[in-house]
Amino acid sequence: MEININEASSKECLAYFQAKLDEEAWEAKKSGNLVCWSASVAPPEFCVAMDIAMVYPETHAAGAGARKASQDLLDVAHSKGYNIDICSYARTNLGYMELLKQEALTGEKPEKLATSKAAYVPLPDLVITCNNICNTLLKWYENLAKELNIPCIIIDVPFNHTMPVARHNKEYIADQYRAAIKQLEDITGRAFDYDKFLKVQEQVQRSVYWWNKVATYAFRKPSPLNGFDLFNYMALIVCARARDYAEITFHKFADELEAKDAAGQYAFGAAENEKHRVTWEGIAVWTYLGATFKGLKNVGSVMTGSAYPGLWSLVYTPGDLESMAEAYTNVYINTCGSNRYEEFYKVVSNSKSDGMVLHLNRSCKLMGLLNNEGAEYVNAKMGIPFVSFDGDQTDPNVFSQAQYETRVQALSEMMDNNK
Amino acid sequence: MYTLGIDIGSSSSKAVILKDGAELVSSAVVQVGTGTSGPGRVMEAVFAEIDLKPEDIDYTVATGYGRFSVDNADKQISEISCHAKGIFYLVPTARTIIDIGGQDAKAIALNDKGNIMQFYMNDKCAAGTGRFLDVMSRVLEIPLGEMGEAHFKAKEWASVSSTCTVFAESEVISQLSKGLSRESIVAGVHKSVATKACSLVRRCGDIVNDVVMCGGVAQNPGAVDAIEKELGQNIIVAPNPQITGALGAALLAYEELIK
Repeated sequence: MEININEASSKECLAYFQAKLDEEAWEAKKSGNLVCWSASVAPPEFCVAMDIAMVYPETHAAGAGARKASQDLLDVAHSKGYNIDICSYARTNLGYMELLKQEALTGEKPEKLATSKAAYVPLPDLVITCNNICNTLLKWYENLAKELNIPCIIIDVPFNHTMPVARHNKEYIADQYRAAIKQLEDITGRAFDYDKFLKVQEQVQRSVYWWNKVATYAFRKPSPLNGFDLFNYMALIVCARARDYAEITFHKFADELEAKDAAGQYAFGAAENEKHRVTWEGIAVWTYLGATFKGLKNVGSVMTGSAYPGLWSLVYTPGDLESMAEAYTNVYINTCGSNRYEEFYKVVSNSKSDGMVLHLNRSCKLMGLLNNEGAEYVNAKMGIPFVSFDGDQTDPNVFSQAQYETRVQALSEMMDNNK
Repeated sequence: MYTLGIDIGSSSSKAVILKDGAELVSSAVVQVGTGTSGPGRVMEAVFAEIDLKPEDIDYTVATGYGRFSVDNADKQISEISCHAKGIFYLVPTARTIIDIGGQDAKAIALNDKGNIMQFYMNDKCAAGTGRFLDVMSRVLEIPLGEMGEAHFKAKEWASVSSTCTVFAESEVISQLSKGLSRESIVAGVHKSVATKACSLVRRCGDIVNDVVMCGGVAQNPGAVDAIEKELGQNIIVAPNPQITGALGAALLAYEELIK
């Protein structure tokens, strides 16, 4: 499918570039070039500088969840012995890997793969992971590498027990980067392309700039941006921040939001439809994205804030490895409570939220662990209410729509009383 | 002016009719909830003994899990707000509410104006809810209505440590087979409910008096006793505790009407 990028809307670009990334991965596979599976907040700069095609299992799993295709893949993982307490992104991906592996070994596509609504992506030739957003990513990717007998690049990022990031931490991470470069030279048999690396870093900065710019439209009151759109557009800041695909799409999206605002069109149409503004904390419930959005929309609550999209606010100085190290380690969930709460407070206050919705995600302990404490911190400073609900990012068995609706309705009633 | 509050829960249906937001005209409870004949039957029951017809009602608020399936409701309001409103009306000194229904357990903190300051509800899990007691009542062969009496006959409280209803059921079966008295197991079951409920209360912050309990489980004096012991203080059981949500709904309906 080809489109005229100049004339296409940001939504069309989003769909086009997502499909194009998968096609490029298949082309790389067919032409003997390398495909890398990557953790979502691992740095892609090194691999892209070496012309390696990138595939993102977390985004793939999220897409499978949104298309109601994750249960089949979870079942495959469970039948291989993976416990239901393991992260559902990991289980979905390990299940998918098993199907691809069966296909590669037998030459026949397993039925669950042939009928799956999940995007069809190729097996990796190497994997890269980073523990800046959780430690499950280490064992998950080590497991992929072991099962497929392929190299695993690990960027080990210490947790920041104090902030700002300690100098020795930055030096340690920069050394991890240098080791990754050496590993890539060994894997590809080529010298690392430092000139292209600099250009890729510059591209990442332009992508991040436009990603952050888009999020600022939710700071306006009323908001022209429906925060749930960030969950959809997120696919490109994850998968294509090292390419111009993300920059092009987000720039267009920002222009569209500017035009909407100028025309008096807001997230729910007319200004008066924005009855409340809420911050959403935690990963999206991909398997019930529509239900979670409608639950809020039905009570006039626009999601204007979320710390989750900010995980990719990876601002650094190109050419400076320690600056890049700092960007990839000060992701808010990799920092101490006091910093984490303050970052959350900034999101809630910048987005002028009247309340907070906390996703207690069974899969993501790190995202969920301090949700309540963060919300209590914000509540003490701003006096706004919060509610929490049980859910999961891609395991459809945890979320209860009725329980969610009751909680967000009660939140709306509490926000009404606060007015 | 007449207002109707209808609370369709997971295991029972409740309705209250108020005159001018003050006088209780009628109330009814049917012990089956959403998706059953309960909602229809409770509507018949609430009008059965009075000289009013559904068309005489000026405003209806529906609450509970089945609130969106109530025909002719003017508005749906969450059960959190309805219980808070109903309890504060009945007990103006209430600052902490424990509501345990069929599939929900919730703790609500109120301020001195009756506004909700915070609330916490159970996870997607039946532990600590009326459904948990229902299952245990069957295993123990003691009707729900007699569990309170059995509780106070217990010489010691058995330990029911599993939080999962299914595992707790097998734990209880194993205790029965070991010869523990049914009374002590009943008390242990109530303690298990109390532990779960009180953890929700404590999450709301410091416990502020008065603590008022409502919901179907509040009718079980054994469960109330276990919660009092767990909290270390007295609890006021709301009068007619099953209908407080419907009462709150009828009160909120009146507020809507006079806006």
